[in-house]
Amino acid sequence: MTFEWQFALEVLPQLLLALRVTVLATVFGILLAAILGLVWTLARRIGAAPVAFVARYSVEFVRSTPLLVQIYFLFYVAPEFGITLSPFLAGVIALGIHYSAYLSEVYRAGIDAVPKGQWEAAKALNLGPADTWRRVIIPQALPPVLPAMGNYLIAMFKDTPMLSAITVMELLQTAKVVGAEHFRYLEPLTLVGVLFLLLSLGSAALVRWGERRFNVAALR
Amino acid sequence: MSLFEFIPSLLSGLGVTLTLTGGGALVAVVLAWLAGLARLSHFGPLRLAAATYVETFRGTSALVQLYWFFYALPLFGIELSATATGIIVLGLNIGAYGAEVVRGAVLSIDRGQSEAAAALNLSNLKRLWIVIAPQALLRMLPPAGNLLIELLKSTALVSLITLNDLTFRGMLLRAETLRTVEVFGLLLIIYFCVAQVLTLGLHAAERRLSKAWHLEGAR
Repeated sequence: MTFEWQFALEVLPQLLLALRVTVLATVFGILLAAILGLVWTLARRIGAAPVAFVARYSVEFVRSTPLLVQIYFLFYVAPEFGITLSPFLAGVIALGIHYSAYLSEVYRAGIDAVPKGQWEAAKALNLGPADTWRRVIIPQALPPVLPAMGNYLIAMFKDTPMLSAITVMELLQTAKVVGAEHFRYLEPLTLVGVLFLLLSLGSAALVRWGERRFNVAALR
Repeated sequence: MSLFEFIPSLLSGLGVTLTLTGGGALVAVVLAWLAGLARLSHFGPLRLAAATYVETFRGTSALVQLYWFFYALPLFGIELSATATGIIVLGLNIGAYGAEVVRGAVLSIDRGQSEAAAALNLSNLKRLWIVIAPQALLRMLPPAGNLLIELLKSTALVSLITLNDLTFRGMLLRAETLRTVEVFGLLLIIYFCVAQVLTLGLHAAERRLSKAWHLEGAR
């Protein structure tokens, strides 16, 4: 059996169309993860003891269980509570929750890296807690951890094929359907692999570029 | 059917999950060392081969790799059982991440160690085996522990290539009983417990190794 370029070219447009779903799921997923991750971090830092405890163990739990099972959980359990999620929405929420646990650790590292003097200075200037966070801590904690966030964005992108398990027509699911139609899996699956490789290597280069650029800016 | 009756049925898939985690970890450790060291080699083609392996498997998705090996590879006349496919692909995938861990740990060892070994006239292999590797091993353990948890979590993917693992059992049990919340809830708790046991084991290994290392260093 050989790789048929003719067939590969034939199915490429369909796959590129499906790539849109993959990219959209990643974009919405990382937005949700970024917001939710911040909630976990703040709950752990400024919440009352029970809140901090729950946040800490929730993060630990989400991080050490498989994303695939979390996707199933959301997709099949939500209807039992009267909420019907579309496969896409369930998948995006699962991606968001899963990666929020990782991003929460990233934020924590960023916040811990802000020098203690900054907190003291904010206090000396009589800033309230909200202003301290919004104007002093977060603007300093966030930029250094942006590359780490970029790496998780790429990791999430590579996890989107799991949404095929709940029938989201993303890249992998489309390749499977196309493969089943033509009884040829080699070309569609190889193309999916190549597309993932190109996009994640490209974005990794972008993250490294951002890292360098940021370092230069910090030195100035 | 009570909640407790679900547990044996789910646990019957635990063996497959643990086999894949263990087998995958073995493959990954071997590949991580080989590729990690090859990336530091002076021989260009070896460096290129290792970099290609690492970037390919880190740059594509584990599930896509699993499908490719399961559905596309047989077309080239290479037929692997689902279990073998799972172990090899997960091992290849985690091994690629592990190679970076090995490389980073070896690079982090002070240059003086290497120079001292050279001054003592140790061969390259001996220098690596007696001087560099033991020190690097200690620095590798925390990131390797994280990768082991990633491996455990990614074994859930093999349920999509017909393997009878924990997740597959959960899907069957859900279809039988329709008690979705309980079945998936229990499934998550089982994975969490296994991950906690692995983490505790790794912390213990880390403590032992670091103790043994410092005792030896003090002598």
